[in-house]
Amino acid sequence: MFNQLLPYLLAGVSVGGQYALIAVGYTMVYGILRLINFAHGDVFTAAGFFMVYLMASMPLGVAAPLVILLTVALGFTLERVAYKPLRQAPRMSVMISAIGASYLLQNLMWYVTGGLAKQYPVLPLLSDSVQIGAASTKVVTLVTPVLTVLLVVALQLLIKHTKIGMAMRAVSVDFETSQLMGIKINSVISTTFIIGSALAAVGSMLYFTNYSTVTPTVGAMPGLKAFVAAVFGGIGSIPGAVIGAFIIGICENLIKAAGYTAFSDAFTFALLILVLLFRPTGLFGEKTAEKV
Amino acid sequence: MSLLYIDDLRVSYGGIEAIKGISITVEKGEIVTLIGANGAGKSTTLRAISGLVPLKSGTITYDGSVISGQSPQKIVSEGICMVPEGRRVFPNLTVQENLRIGAYLRKDDIQPDIDHVYQLFPRLKERSWQLAGTLSGGEQQMLAVGRALMMRPKLLMMDEPSLGLAPLVIRDIFKIIQTLHEEGITILLVEQNANAALRIADSAYVLETGSLGMHGTGKELLDDPRVKEAYLGKARE
Repeated sequence: MFNQLLPYLLAGVSVGGQYALIAVGYTMVYGILRLINFAHGDVFTAAGFFMVYLMASMPLGVAAPLVILLTVALGFTLERVAYKPLRQAPRMSVMISAIGASYLLQNLMWYVTGGLAKQYPVLPLLSDSVQIGAASTKVVTLVTPVLTVLLVVALQLLIKHTKIGMAMRAVSVDFETSQLMGIKINSVISTTFIIGSALAAVGSMLYFTNYSTVTPTVGAMPGLKAFVAAVFGGIGSIPGAVIGAFIIGICENLIKAAGYTAFSDAFTFALLILVLLFRPTGLFGEKTAEKV
Repeated sequence: MSLLYIDDLRVSYGGIEAIKGISITVEKGEIVTLIGANGAGKSTTLRAISGLVPLKSGTITYDGSVISGQSPQKIVSEGICMVPEGRRVFPNLTVQENLRIGAYLRKDDIQPDIDHVYQLFPRLKERSWQLAGTLSGGEQQMLAVGRALMMRPKLLMMDEPSLGLAPLVIRDIFKIIQTLHEEGITILLVEQNANAALRIADSAYVLETGSLGMHGTGKELLDDPRVKEAYLGKARE
């Protein structure tokens, strides 16, 4: 029984880790801007394409950091162009801008790639096979959860114990008073986009090593699921997003193990509806009650 | 030369003029108070000085140079710090982090300043590791003052520090204001509690719907029958 479930559990933990790396980007941006960054899934896809094109001409050791750098630049530019000019605008405008940015990125990628699925390069080491008990899997399956947890712990330490982390926490509750402390709101917001994009870039390397082809819209599904994970965990909470992502990843694969593969996506979105109906603040969501 | 000079300041919010050309002088080492009813423009004046709202016209000169039009960061770094209305401590940060963030722009050792704030407000030291959101209103006000002191301000602006506090706590807050004044900090105090504010003020201005009304020393306004009637309440002895 366990031997039969093991490959599914492994896949679940691995997929969960990939969702988690994307979900952190959603939840951090929401934490600070109260904005669902709909273009985040497309930034994730773009990271996949960056790798496709870069690996064509350089070794992984050079390409991987470059991919992270390019993705960060994309996330940073996205914020400066699509969100920053709308800082004083109603939230609805920013949300529409986010949807627009998402379609713009998708269509740019159609234009550049011609819409054909690109083969994701085989990353040495990550793509190697490994035997665990009765299950055979790729190294990436094992690397993902470990790397995810390490990155998230590092991020938590940054937020709890550094000056910029403190500024992020301050800005997330009160823009104006943060400014009175001398904090530059815009650089703090940029920092969140930079961190979110870097994690999405790492996530994309892990994700596409498993799924092997990149198309302009491929990021939509993992993006949506990461978003559900962030809501499930309590949007704005980083540990919440990570735990939510792992739960969703594992559940999806257990459903597949039970033979209901067709319903695994439906499960995730049913979960979203249930969470919104019965516990809108999610597992670790912030309480909105304020003492005045 | 005065520390702060506001010349013909006008501020408007989307077509409505909140400040209609006021001029205020704050001399170094003074306590200057702005009193007036709700909506008179007291808070807006402070927000304009700190760079949070843009001026429509007029200039603000501080320590010999024009600061109007500068970013809030720049203005804080010049030594103008604000204790905002409603305290606005960061509820999700600990007491100590709130103090540290007050010194965000400083790069030198801030431990002596933290110790100094704890000396002024021993209650905060006891609660140093507590989240600021769990403090009582009075403690939050002390924290907001302490946070502003972390930049070693030359000019401390306080927006309604007594708002919503118990009378005993208000007395403490005003005592602290005088202590800070004795330490040499210039204070610009906005208050609805005109009685308490005028008692400690060297100079006072009355704001009425965006325009300057009376002006004089704290004592002069305290004794002025019109001020008595409008802001102090007739029954007060």
